[in-house]
Amino acid sequence: MKAVFRHELSSYFTNVTGYVFGAFLLLFAGIYTMAFNLKSMVTNFEYVLGNMSFAFLIIVPILTMRVLAEEKKQKTDQLLYSLPINMTNVVLGKYFALLVMFLIPVGIVSIYPIILSAFGNIHLPASFGTIVGFFFMGAALIAIGVFISSITENQAVAAGLCFVVMLINYYLYTIAAYTSTSAFASFAAFSAIFLVFAIVVRLMTKNTIIAVSAGVLPEIVLIVIYIIDSSKFEGLFPEIMQQLSLFERFYVFVDGVFDLTSIVYFLTVIAIFLFLAVQSMEKRRWSE
Amino acid sequence: MIEVNHLTKRYGNHTALSDLSFTIEKGQIYGFLGPNGAGKSTTMNIMTGCLAATSGEVKINGHDIFEEADEAKKLIGYLPELPPLYLDRTPKEYLTFVARAKKIPNSKLAEAIEHVMEVTQITDVADRLIKNLSKGYKQRVGIAQAILGDPEIIILDEPTVGLDPKQIIEIRDLILELGKEHTVILSSHILSEVQAICQTILIISKGKLVACDTPKNLERLFAGTATIDLTYEVPAADTSDITADLENILSNIPVKIAKTEVSEDGYASAILNTDTPADNNLCRDIFFAFSSANRAIVHMSMSKASLEDIFIELTSNDSITLSDEHDEKTETTKKEEDIDESSI
Repeated sequence: MKAVFRHELSSYFTNVTGYVFGAFLLLFAGIYTMAFNLKSMVTNFEYVLGNMSFAFLIIVPILTMRVLAEEKKQKTDQLLYSLPINMTNVVLGKYFALLVMFLIPVGIVSIYPIILSAFGNIHLPASFGTIVGFFFMGAALIAIGVFISSITENQAVAAGLCFVVMLINYYLYTIAAYTSTSAFASFAAFSAIFLVFAIVVRLMTKNTIIAVSAGVLPEIVLIVIYIIDSSKFEGLFPEIMQQLSLFERFYVFVDGVFDLTSIVYFLTVIAIFLFLAVQSMEKRRWSE
Repeated sequence: MIEVNHLTKRYGNHTALSDLSFTIEKGQIYGFLGPNGAGKSTTMNIMTGCLAATSGEVKINGHDIFEEADEAKKLIGYLPELPPLYLDRTPKEYLTFVARAKKIPNSKLAEAIEHVMEVTQITDVADRLIKNLSKGYKQRVGIAQAILGDPEIIILDEPTVGLDPKQIIEIRDLILELGKEHTVILSSHILSEVQAICQTILIISKGKLVACDTPKNLERLFAGTATIDLTYEVPAADTSDITADLENILSNIPVKIAKTEVSEDGYASAILNTDTPADNNLCRDIFFAFSSANRAIVHMSMSKASLEDIFIELTSNDSITLSDEHDEKTETTKKEEDIDESSI
């Protein structure tokens, strides 16, 4: 893991990706600090981070697009497979290198509230609490980016796909607000999701029996629950969408609450997507 | 050392390898020979853990390549078909990464890297970006990566492909040098190369092992036929039917006349086939047959079936598989164009 970590980290300094990423993050932080804290003389540094969180839509795809896709493209993944290191260590090594790249601009940004506090009454615990939340949300989004990079060998596809996923995540709360809260709408939405799930299973396993059972079983459960008590579905789908939004979890920090459940949620997302990335890399060996 | 048991690999409906089994012993140079698409790279990828087999197992010194991947992979250095290089790094940085991944202790790191760079002669380009190196140097960096850490087994997939003749000779010498202390397995579709450096040849065709033996034994096994090239004097009176004339001269000798031709200056040439090339008296008998007919032989040479003929025969015809009894109906294969390259 250490070997991959060191190799990966040094590669961000030999090519432009790491610098572009850092520059982007600092640019947004600078613009918003100026607009909020300096021009409008707001004393809450949290708002800066809250408002600049949309920068993740651009910087996460930039940072993560090549991390695993490029290995496949250049056939260097064959080296990783033949070396005595397992895929979990490869993915973790790469992920930690990405985190360090992310930590550098975050570290610079965390000096801002200290500087500002010399000139005004900044509530530092809230500022730093938000910075911690900002870091963990970023870490979760980067984990999603790593997974997306693992499913394709084309950097551009990885970047595009990652951007779309970030965008959906960013607007999830808004979309949820426009979603019908009726029981039937939720029921239909869940049915559709399970159907899509079954199709994905079919495409990935090429096994019709597994796919049909993966689709039919949840659908039956859904129908049974719907017949017994349809009121359970009322507002359920938008509710779940709101709960899933990573950005919405972060805004809790901006409001001045250090929410441990959100931290746990971010860590869970990181674990799930890194696990999926490892699986997706392992799968390449079977389907190549 | 390496045991490969009943390896099968399918891609959808296409069977790349079917029931491949062989054993590799310590301290020899092995050559995988086969036309393009025969399954050489697939076999090597499975042996090194880069690819999973549909069924069957690979054991390196008793360690299963999948179950005990770390132990097994420590024993192997692998150069895939396309050298897996990070183009925006220098060979030194690249080898440092590989050395660390191979868990070479820090104290020996610099020494190990220095050593492989010397062996592969890349010290001069150690600090240039890999993307700026020539194909030959890239290949050498790939080999350096494979032999780093002194693994017991070195697997090289087409190590000389795309190199110029001088580089090919250098790489061959390097492989011979490595073969003194390591078990080396290399693949090639170039026959002369395998013949020149390998102690054992494994011929693979359409995912099956069709032969596995030393080059000498293979030749002996298939040396059932030989051809004799003959040029002799023909009196002007006999040029009308030289085949009948020749049959007449060779009436007591067990050869078949394959071809006859008259050249304008009073000589004729013929090609004779024989089933008993081991018979050393054959040429002698022919000589005296001509002598008693009062004809002069100006040229006579015998050529036994070469490894190249064996290769063509084994890889183009399914019915004579040695290790496999299955007689599958398969479309007649074209004799691979690759053989043309065997003269390199």
